[in-house]
Amino acid sequence: MSRPEDTLAADVHYDDVEARKYTTSSRIKNIQASMTQRALELLDLSSPSLILDVGCGSGLSGEILSDLSPEEGGPHVWVGMDVSGSMLDVALQRDVEGDLFLADMGQGVPFRAGTFDAAISISAIQWLCNAESSDTSPAGRLSRFFNGLYASLKRGGRAVCQFYPKNDAQKKMITSAAVKAGFGAGLLEDDPETKNVKVYLVLTVGGGATSGKGSDITGVVEGMEGVDVLDNRRKGKSAGRGEIKKGSKIWIIKKKEQMERKGKIVKATSKFTGRKRRVQF
Amino acid sequence: MKVLTLNFLTCAVKDCKSSNNSFPLHPKDAELVYDDLEINPQLLVNVLPRVDWVALRTTSTELGFPELPEQPPTVEELESDEKMLQDLHKLLMETQIMEGKLVCGNCGHEYAIREGIANFLLPSHLV
Ligand SMILES: C[S@@+](CC[C@H](N)C(=O)[O-])C[C@H]1O[C@@H](n2cnc3c(N)ncnc32)[C@H](O)[C@@H]1O
Ligand SMILES: [Zn+2]
Repeated sequence: MSRPEDTLAADVHYDDVEARKYTTSSRIKNIQASMTQRALELLDLSSPSLILDVGCGSGLSGEILSDLSPEEGGPHVWVGMDVSGSMLDVALQRDVEGDLFLADMGQGVPFRAGTFDAAISISAIQWLCNAESSDTSPAGRLSRFFNGLYASLKRGGRAVCQFYPKNDAQKKMITSAAVKAGFGAGLLEDDPETKNVKVYLVLTVGGGATSGKGSDITGVVEGMEGVDVLDNRRKGKSAGRGEIKKGSKIWIIKKKEQMERKGKIVKATSKFTGRKRRVQF
Repeated sequence: MKVLTLNFLTCAVKDCKSSNNSFPLHPKDAELVYDDLEINPQLLVNVLPRVDWVALRTTSTELGFPELPEQPPTVEELESDEKMLQDLHKLLMETQIMEGKLVCGNCGHEYAIREGIANFLLPSHLV
């Protein structure tokens, strides 16, 4: 698979043509939707929440947050950041409900402390590993991003970032930047060792003295298969990394879940909101 | 941009992080719209304790709305008062800035808003 991340700046790669192509591809829509559903599952939100979508693009991930039914704990309200004006343009045309910001996550997260219940980022944070210009470094951009994200989440909040690491070194660079910012961090891999592998960085903000099971990362991913737990407190140690065998019961359950998620997508994306009305005084 | 979002937004300039004047940002030449949205009472109850009420009063006045009460409603009040829920929904969710600027009270930086999208890209020496 080609990696535009390695050669281009994000706002150059996602120009008008690419933004449209990206958003109209039903293959991409399905993949982004199923990864967003997976991220939501990991966030485990039980009631309507305020969510930050980092690298929201044309809103494929965000609109799933708006469309979540009360039975599923929604609908959520989201705020999206993206560095590509073309992607945001497409989001506007699609009339998404989230508030959109033209912003570079490598410059930080401009919200006051404790703003968000949760954050998601789907297929975006690997872009942080490329310096956008000569006066910034990947390390600097990663630390500004994770420090800002950490501060903007409420205590006990979670973030789930699905990303495409170029290699193990990049995976490690990103994860350790998150841990350095104060997060409890776990890496979860769906379909490991296949070409469809999906990597999720699950982050938690400690809830202070009362951080019990559920608010702590070791609780979130405990018992899940294919999970590496990395955090400040248990340096060096990691949970067993069971691989999911093709055809095993867990594998089948996961596949079924994936299919279910795909079945859902079809109806979820066709929701239109009315045009905006001007205020009259 | 929803008024709710403005209530959480700060200046992105590095030197403004430690300043009390960098929040809230001040709307300038703002063009507003009302976006018809379904009310989400649980969301409102969830975010109310996080809303900075003093800042919201400032914003509301700056946008030309009547003055808000000095104290925010309590969660109990909000849950039991349909009218209050509707009013807050209208102000926080439905009232949106479509065009204009947001100005930092500390450094004076102006963030442009076009078609509802605020531009928070900064030249790298300000980050
Ligand atoms: C593969 S798209 C994913 C978009 C959306 N999350 C989805 O699931 O469809 C990656 C997005 O990350 C955005 N991006 C890349 N670098 C970024 C940065 N430094 N700050 C904000 N967004 C960035 C790109 O502009 C692009 O819209
Ligand atoms: Zn400022």
